Amino acid sequence: MFTGFMVNAWQVGTIVAVVAGVVGFFVVLRGAAFPAHAIPNGAFAGAAGANLIGLNPLLGLGVFSALAALGIGGLGKRGRPDVATALALVLMLALGAAFLSQSTQYEPEIYSLLFGEILGVSSTQILPTLLLGLASVLAIAVLYRRLLLTSLLPDVAASKGVDPYRVDVMFLLVVGLATTMTVPVVGALLIFSLMIGPPAAARTLTSRPGAALWLSVSFSLLTIWIAIAASYQTNWPVGFYVGVISAAWYLAARTYVRTQSFLVLRRRVI
Amino acid sequence: MSIDGKGTPPVLEVDGVSVSFGSRNILHNVSFELRAGEFTGLIGSNGVGKTTLLRVILGLQPISTGSVRVLGAPLSKRSRALGYVPQKVLLDPDVPMRARDLVALGLDAHKFGFSRRSATEREKVEEILVAVDAESFADARIGSLSGGEQQRVLIAHALISSPKLLLLDEPLANLDPGSVQEVVALLHRVAKDHGVSILLSAHEMNALLPVMDRIVYVSNGRVASGTTDEVVRSDVLSELYGHHVDVIQLHGRIFVVAEPGTSAEDVPEHPRYQVD
Repeated sequence: MFTGFMVNAWQVGTIVAVVAGVVGFFVVLRGAAFPAHAIPNGAFAGAAGANLIGLNPLLGLGVFSALAALGIGGLGKRGRPDVATALALVLMLALGAAFLSQSTQYEPEIYSLLFGEILGVSSTQILPTLLLGLASVLAIAVLYRRLLLTSLLPDVAASKGVDPYRVDVMFLLVVGLATTMTVPVVGALLIFSLMIGPPAAARTLTSRPGAALWLSVSFSLLTIWIAIAASYQTNWPVGFYVGVISAAWYLAARTYVRTQSFLVLRRRVI
Repeated sequence: MSIDGKGTPPVLEVDGVSVSFGSRNILHNVSFELRAGEFTGLIGSNGVGKTTLLRVILGLQPISTGSVRVLGAPLSKRSRALGYVPQKVLLDPDVPMRARDLVALGLDAHKFGFSRRSATEREKVEEILVAVDAESFADARIGSLSGGEQQRVLIAHALISSPKLLLLDEPLANLDPGSVQEVVALLHRVAKDHGVSILLSAHEMNALLPVMDRIVYVSNGRVASGTTDEVVRSDVLSELYGHHVDVIQLHGRIFVVAEPGTSAEDVPEHPRYQVD
């Protein structure tokens, strides 16, 4: 389980989990779950298009996720952000459908773009994944306090010269960057679950922002490690385990917090 | 530029400011000044342009004509002389932040990256939390705090960067009468202790009467400013409203009442809403 092609899976899985844990923390804080769903799906269309004309899918992923981020940010400034996100998603999926219809011979690759093929990661994918991952985490580190303030008090941020709209577009571009590296590994549908479940669980357990961020990364790492091991043993897709475990974190954290407050109440009554 | 007695420029000069959204004039030729250390109430009913005026001062709202100067200098977006407490902040109850985290963010949110906060910075956070009576819930999740408690945390967040002028948008709305008294007393004390001028918008002036040095009264996009005695008079307000209103004083409280038959929508806060 820790030799041969599995070494690549563990390495790439670890990088992806750290990025998802960090970026996901702000996805949940900013209420950006819908864009975080739309951007990877748009990126998937880009990969399908790149396949069709014989380009590196990574290029298609990058271009389309950047376009999706700019589209959502740009349209969302004036109108309703959810409508902008939905339209960007629909447009990308429509293009994806068109590209797919023209390239039936790539079906297995398309399937892996949607659901991931982490066990089939080649060693040449590790370096680009690491570099893109570092870039995403670094961007979040640089914007850390601006992201916090614009999430909570956008008008106050604006009055201090921190433009919430610009921060938002930059953040969506970081989501696009993270998506570009993670889609080929865990798939368009499942990076989304890794970006939501662990951070959402983390923030219910602690009220300290730094601690919540570390907890989010830890849950995300555990999710992907357990998923890889379980998938290796059972031959079920990694994506299945990632999705289920991510949701389980949130349910477990909520249940824990509820039980705690119930116990505190009961102790007071007795 | 007008200079007051001590030779320092006013904290804020609003001169001939007009704002229109399309064909609607929101503010029309608004002029007033605030001096150092003064507590000013920006009074008017809902929808008369109080928030727009505050946004103009903050540099968030483009103006069609006029000028705004802060400490004698033209408005710049990065002005650190201003602190701002926005109206009705809805915080998600699960936000992983304590009151003290939000306050500390007022110190360094404009900085890139995240370094550990120094001992001096942490001390400053502690001091300001004490100054607004927030130390008892400093470690509580901000989303779990009551309206009055959140208000105090936001005031601390705005104060920690040592602004010269603190702008507050309807900080007393949605507070119970007890909390209103507390927040007003707190602001009055903070203004004196920290040498901060305060411009506070409200649709009801009575809670502010004991502490207000000056009043800026807004109606129909125009303002009248001065001391309470100069502005809250039947003749001044009747001219501002464009129809006759009476100013009635009762047990140290002031009521502005429209003549029977006049549409009541312009008159801020009908007496029947008064709760003591």
